[in-house]
Amino acid sequence: MLEAAVFYILAALLLGFGLLVITRTNPIGSALSMVGAFVALAALYATLSASLAAIIQILVYAGGIMVLVIFVIMLLNLAPEDLRPLKARAVMIPAVLLLVLGGALGPLFLVVFPSGQWKFADIPEDFGSIGAVGMKVFSDYLFPFEMLSLLLLAAVVGALVLSKRKL
Amino acid sequence: MDLLYPVSPTHYLVLSAILFAIGIAGVLTRRNLFVSLMSLELMLNAVNLTFVTFSRVNGDLTGHVFVLFVVAVAAAEACVGLAIVIALFRIKETVDLDLFKSLKG
Repeated sequence: MLEAAVFYILAALLLGFGLLVITRTNPIGSALSMVGAFVALAALYATLSASLAAIIQILVYAGGIMVLVIFVIMLLNLAPEDLRPLKARAVMIPAVLLLVLGGALGPLFLVVFPSGQWKFADIPEDFGSIGAVGMKVFSDYLFPFEMLSLLLLAAVVGALVLSKRKL
Repeated sequence: MDLLYPVSPTHYLVLSAILFAIGIAGVLTRRNLFVSLMSLELMLNAVNLTFVTFSRVNGDLTGHVFVLFVVAVAAAEACVGLAIVIALFRIKETVDLDLFKSLKG
Protein backbone atom coordinates (compact mmCIF):
# COMPACT_ATOMS: atom_id res chain seq x y z
CA MET A 1 0.00 0.00 0.00
CA LEU A 2 2.80 2.34 0.92
CA GLU A 3 4.70 1.58 -2.27
CA ALA A 4 1.62 2.34 -4.34
CA ALA A 5 1.21 5.69 -2.57
CA VAL A 6 4.88 6.52 -3.12
CA PHE A 7 4.62 5.57 -6.79
CA TYR A 8 1.54 7.72 -7.38
CA ILE A 9 2.99 10.72 -5.55
CA LEU A 10 6.24 10.49 -7.55
CA ALA A 11 4.34 9.95 -10.80
CA ALA A 12 2.16 13.00 -10.11
CA LEU A 13 5.26 15.08 -9.33
CA LEU A 14 7.01 13.88 -12.48
CA LEU A 15 4.06 14.56 -14.77
CA GLY A 16 3.29 17.85 -13.04
CA PHE A 17 6.83 19.12 -13.49
CA GLY A 18 6.83 17.81 -17.06
CA LEU A 19 3.72 19.80 -17.87
CA LEU A 20 5.30 22.84 -16.23
CA VAL A 21 8.34 22.43 -18.48
CA ILE A 22 6.30 22.71 -21.65
CA THR A 23 4.01 25.50 -20.50
CA ARG A 24 6.31 28.11 -18.91
CA THR A 25 6.90 31.24 -20.97
CA ASN A 26 10.22 31.96 -19.28
CA PRO A 27 12.87 29.33 -20.25
CA ILE A 28 14.42 29.58 -16.78
CA GLY A 29 11.07 28.45 -15.38
CA SER A 30 11.15 25.50 -17.77
CA ALA A 31 14.71 24.64 -16.74
CA LEU A 32 13.90 24.68 -13.03
CA SER A 33 10.79 22.55 -13.55
CA MET A 34 12.99 20.15 -15.50
CA VAL A 35 15.30 19.82 -12.50
CA GLY A 36 12.26 18.96 -10.36
CA ALA A 37 11.16 16.37 -12.92
CA PHE A 38 14.63 14.78 -12.90
CA VAL A 39 14.66 14.52 -9.10
CA ALA A 40 11.22 12.85 -9.17
CA LEU A 41 12.44 10.49 -11.88
CA ALA A 42 15.53 9.61 -9.85
CA ALA A 43 13.25 8.72 -6.94
CA LEU A 44 11.23 6.51 -9.31
CA TYR A 45 14.43 4.75 -10.34
CA ALA A 46 15.13 4.17 -6.65
CA THR A 47 11.73 2.47 -6.24
CA LEU A 48 12.79 0.13 -9.07
CA SER A 49 16.00 -0.82 -7.20
CA ALA A 50 18.08 1.09 -9.77
CA SER A 51 20.41 2.82 -7.37
CA LEU A 52 23.22 3.61 -9.84
CA ALA A 53 20.72 4.97 -12.38
CA ALA A 54 19.17 7.22 -9.72
CA ILE A 55 22.52 8.65 -8.59
CA ILE A 56 23.74 9.15 -12.16
CA GLN A 57 20.44 10.87 -13.01
CA ILE A 58 20.92 13.42 -10.22
CA LEU A 59 24.64 13.91 -10.82
CA VAL A 60 24.68 14.12 -14.61
CA TYR A 61 21.21 15.28 -15.66
CA ALA A 62 20.07 17.54 -12.84
CA GLY A 63 23.51 18.62 -11.71
CA GLY A 64 25.34 18.81 -15.04
CA ILE A 65 23.12 19.15 -18.07
CA MET A 66 20.49 21.43 -16.52
CA VAL A 67 23.15 23.65 -14.95
CA LEU A 68 24.72 23.97 -18.42
CA VAL A 69 21.32 24.85 -19.91
CA ILE A 70 20.69 27.49 -17.24
CA PHE A 71 24.15 28.97 -17.81
CA VAL A 72 23.50 29.29 -21.53
CA ILE A 73 20.04 30.80 -21.01
CA MET A 74 21.50 33.39 -18.67
CA LEU A 75 24.46 33.94 -21.04
CA LEU A 76 22.19 34.80 -23.95
CA ASN A 77 20.32 37.30 -21.79
CA LEU A 78 17.12 37.19 -23.83
CA ALA A 79 15.17 40.43 -24.08
CA PRO A 80 11.57 40.27 -22.76
CA GLU A 81 9.98 40.17 -26.22
CA ASP A 82 11.80 36.93 -26.93
CA LEU A 83 9.77 35.17 -24.24
CA ARG A 84 6.45 34.83 -26.04
CA PRO A 85 3.58 32.76 -24.59
CA LEU A 86 1.74 29.91 -26.31
CA LYS A 87 -1.26 30.42 -28.54
CA ALA A 88 -4.27 28.42 -27.40
CA ARG A 89 -4.99 27.00 -30.85
CA ALA A 90 -1.42 25.74 -31.35
CA VAL A 91 -1.56 23.79 -28.13
CA MET A 92 -4.78 22.00 -28.98
CA ILE A 93 -3.37 19.21 -31.19
CA PRO A 94 -0.66 18.06 -28.77
CA ALA A 95 -3.17 18.41 -25.92
CA VAL A 96 -5.59 16.10 -27.72
CA LEU A 97 -2.74 13.68 -28.46
CA LEU A 98 -1.74 13.76 -24.82
CA LEU A 99 -5.28 13.14 -23.65
CA VAL A 100 -5.69 10.23 -26.02
CA LEU A 101 -2.38 8.59 -25.16
CA GLY A 102 -2.45 9.29 -21.46
CA GLY A 103 -6.08 9.49 -20.62
CA ALA A 104 -7.59 6.83 -22.82
CA LEU A 105 -4.95 4.45 -24.17
CA GLY A 106 -2.98 4.23 -20.96
CA PRO A 107 -5.78 3.04 -18.68
CA LEU A 108 -7.16 0.94 -21.56
CA PHE A 109 -3.78 -0.78 -21.74
CA LEU A 110 -3.97 -1.39 -18.01
CA VAL A 111 -7.39 -3.00 -18.42
CA VAL A 112 -6.49 -5.17 -21.40
CA PHE A 113 -3.11 -6.24 -20.05
CA PRO A 114 -3.69 -6.47 -16.30
CA SER A 115 -0.92 -6.71 -13.79
CA GLY A 116 -0.34 -10.39 -14.51
CA GLN A 117 1.22 -9.78 -17.91
CA TRP A 118 4.56 -8.58 -16.60
CA LYS A 119 5.73 -9.19 -13.08
CA PHE A 120 8.73 -7.89 -11.24
CA ALA A 121 11.26 -10.73 -11.09
CA ASP A 122 13.07 -11.81 -7.96
CA ILE A 123 16.35 -9.97 -7.94
CA PRO A 124 19.60 -10.50 -6.05
CA GLU A 125 20.54 -8.21 -3.21
CA ASP A 126 22.96 -6.06 -5.21
CA PHE A 127 20.72 -5.50 -8.24
CA GLY A 128 21.36 -2.12 -9.81
CA SER A 129 24.27 -1.36 -7.53
CA ILE A 130 27.37 0.19 -8.97
CA GLY A 131 29.37 -3.03 -8.53
CA ALA A 132 26.90 -5.19 -10.41
CA VAL A 133 26.41 -2.69 -13.24
CA GLY A 134 30.16 -2.20 -13.41
CA MET A 135 30.68 -5.95 -13.85
CA LYS A 136 28.19 -5.87 -16.71
CA VAL A 137 29.71 -2.83 -18.41
CA PHE A 138 33.31 -3.98 -18.22
CA SER A 139 32.63 -7.51 -19.41
CA ASP A 140 29.82 -7.56 -21.97
CA TYR A 141 29.71 -3.91 -23.01
CA LEU A 142 33.36 -2.90 -22.90
CA PHE A 143 33.61 -1.77 -26.52
CA PRO A 144 30.56 0.52 -26.41
CA PHE A 145 31.93 1.97 -23.17
CA GLU A 146 35.22 2.88 -24.81
CA MET A 147 33.37 4.29 -27.82
CA LEU A 148 31.37 6.40 -25.38
CA SER A 149 34.52 8.05 -24.09
CA LEU A 150 35.50 8.79 -27.69
CA LEU A 151 32.04 10.27 -28.27
CA LEU A 152 32.38 12.53 -25.25
CA LEU A 153 35.78 13.72 -26.48
CA ALA A 154 34.28 14.50 -29.89
CA ALA A 155 31.40 16.38 -28.23
CA VAL A 156 33.74 18.53 -26.15
CA VAL A 157 35.93 19.41 -29.13
CA GLY A 158 32.86 20.07 -31.26
CA ALA A 159 31.30 22.37 -28.69
CA LEU A 160 34.53 24.33 -28.38
CA VAL A 161 34.86 24.77 -32.13
CA LEU A 162 31.19 25.67 -32.67
CA SER A 163 31.20 28.42 -30.10
CA LYS A 164 34.34 30.16 -31.27
CA ARG A 165 33.85 33.67 -32.47
CA LYS A 166 36.19 33.28 -35.42
CA LEU A 167 37.08 29.79 -36.62
CA MET B 1 -9.33 -0.65 -7.31
CA ASP B 2 -7.09 -3.57 -8.14
CA LEU B 3 -6.18 -1.73 -11.34
CA LEU B 4 -4.48 0.83 -9.13
CA TYR B 5 -3.19 -0.97 -6.14
CA PRO B 6 -0.37 -3.49 -6.62
CA VAL B 7 1.96 -1.33 -8.68
CA SER B 8 2.91 -3.50 -11.64
CA PRO B 9 5.40 -2.79 -14.43
CA THR B 10 2.48 -1.68 -16.60
CA HIS B 11 2.00 1.36 -14.37
CA TYR B 12 5.59 2.42 -14.95
CA LEU B 13 5.23 1.87 -18.70
CA VAL B 14 2.06 3.95 -18.89
CA LEU B 15 3.81 6.70 -16.93
CA SER B 16 6.70 6.54 -19.38
CA ALA B 17 4.32 6.79 -22.35
CA ILE B 18 2.58 9.83 -20.89
CA LEU B 19 5.92 11.50 -20.20
CA PHE B 20 7.01 10.77 -23.78
CA ALA B 21 3.80 12.33 -25.09
CA ILE B 22 4.41 15.42 -22.95
CA GLY B 23 7.90 15.64 -24.45
CA ILE B 24 6.55 15.40 -27.99
CA ALA B 25 3.97 18.08 -27.23
CA GLY B 26 6.75 20.36 -26.00
CA VAL B 27 9.04 19.78 -28.98
CA LEU B 28 6.29 20.37 -31.54
CA THR B 29 4.53 23.30 -29.89
CA ARG B 30 7.08 25.56 -28.30
CA ARG B 31 8.79 28.25 -30.30
CA ASN B 32 11.60 28.84 -27.87
CA LEU B 33 14.64 26.76 -28.82
CA PHE B 34 15.63 26.06 -25.22
CA VAL B 35 12.24 24.68 -24.24
CA SER B 36 12.26 22.54 -27.38
CA LEU B 37 15.65 21.05 -26.44
CA MET B 38 14.49 20.44 -22.88
CA SER B 39 11.36 18.64 -24.10
CA LEU B 40 13.67 16.44 -26.16
CA GLU B 41 15.54 15.55 -22.95
CA LEU B 42 12.17 14.73 -21.39
CA MET B 43 11.53 12.21 -24.17
CA LEU B 44 14.93 10.60 -23.57
CA ASN B 45 14.15 10.29 -19.89
CA ALA B 46 10.83 8.60 -20.65
CA VAL B 47 12.75 5.98 -22.63
CA ASN B 48 15.20 5.61 -19.74
CA LEU B 49 12.30 4.85 -17.41
CA THR B 50 11.14 2.11 -19.78
CA PHE B 51 14.64 0.63 -19.88
CA VAL B 52 14.89 0.55 -16.10
CA THR B 53 11.39 -0.95 -15.75
CA PHE B 54 12.07 -3.82 -18.13
CA SER B 55 15.47 -4.38 -16.58
CA ARG B 56 13.68 -4.84 -13.25
CA VAL B 57 11.09 -7.13 -14.82
CA ASN B 58 13.68 -9.48 -16.32
CA GLY B 59 16.30 -9.21 -13.59
CA ASP B 60 18.85 -8.37 -16.29
CA LEU B 61 21.21 -5.45 -15.80
CA THR B 62 21.53 -4.72 -19.53
CA GLY B 63 18.80 -2.10 -19.21
CA HIS B 64 20.87 -0.22 -16.64
CA VAL B 65 23.89 -0.27 -18.96
CA PHE B 66 21.75 1.23 -21.71
CA VAL B 67 20.50 3.90 -19.32
CA LEU B 68 24.11 4.89 -18.64
CA PHE B 69 24.79 5.11 -22.35
CA VAL B 70 21.65 7.15 -23.00
CA VAL B 71 22.57 9.57 -20.20
CA ALA B 72 26.11 10.01 -21.54
CA VAL B 73 24.90 10.49 -25.12
CA ALA B 74 22.27 12.99 -23.93
CA ALA B 75 24.98 14.93 -22.12
CA ALA B 76 27.11 15.06 -25.28
CA GLU B 77 24.09 16.06 -27.33
CA ALA B 78 23.08 18.81 -24.91
CA CYS B 79 26.65 20.15 -24.96
CA VAL B 80 26.89 20.34 -28.74
CA GLY B 81 23.27 21.51 -29.12
CA LEU B 82 23.81 24.43 -26.76
CA ALA B 83 27.02 25.38 -28.61
CA ILE B 84 24.94 25.47 -31.79
CA VAL B 85 22.34 27.65 -30.03
CA ILE B 86 25.07 30.08 -29.00
CA ALA B 87 26.48 30.22 -32.53
CA LEU B 88 22.97 30.72 -33.94
CA PHE B 89 22.19 33.46 -31.45
CA ARG B 90 25.32 35.31 -32.50
CA ILE B 91 24.01 35.55 -36.05
CA LYS B 92 20.27 35.87 -35.60
CA GLU B 93 19.99 37.61 -32.21
CA THR B 94 16.95 35.45 -31.39
CA VAL B 95 16.00 31.92 -30.30
CA ASP B 96 12.51 32.02 -31.79
CA LEU B 97 12.17 28.92 -33.99
CA ASP B 98 9.64 30.63 -36.28
CA LEU B 99 12.32 33.07 -37.40
CA PHE B 100 14.85 30.44 -38.56
CA LYS B 101 13.44 30.16 -42.06
CA SER B 102 16.49 30.25 -44.36
CA LEU B 103 16.28 26.50 -45.12
CA LYS B 104 12.60 26.71 -46.06
CA GLY B 105 11.96 25.50 -49.65
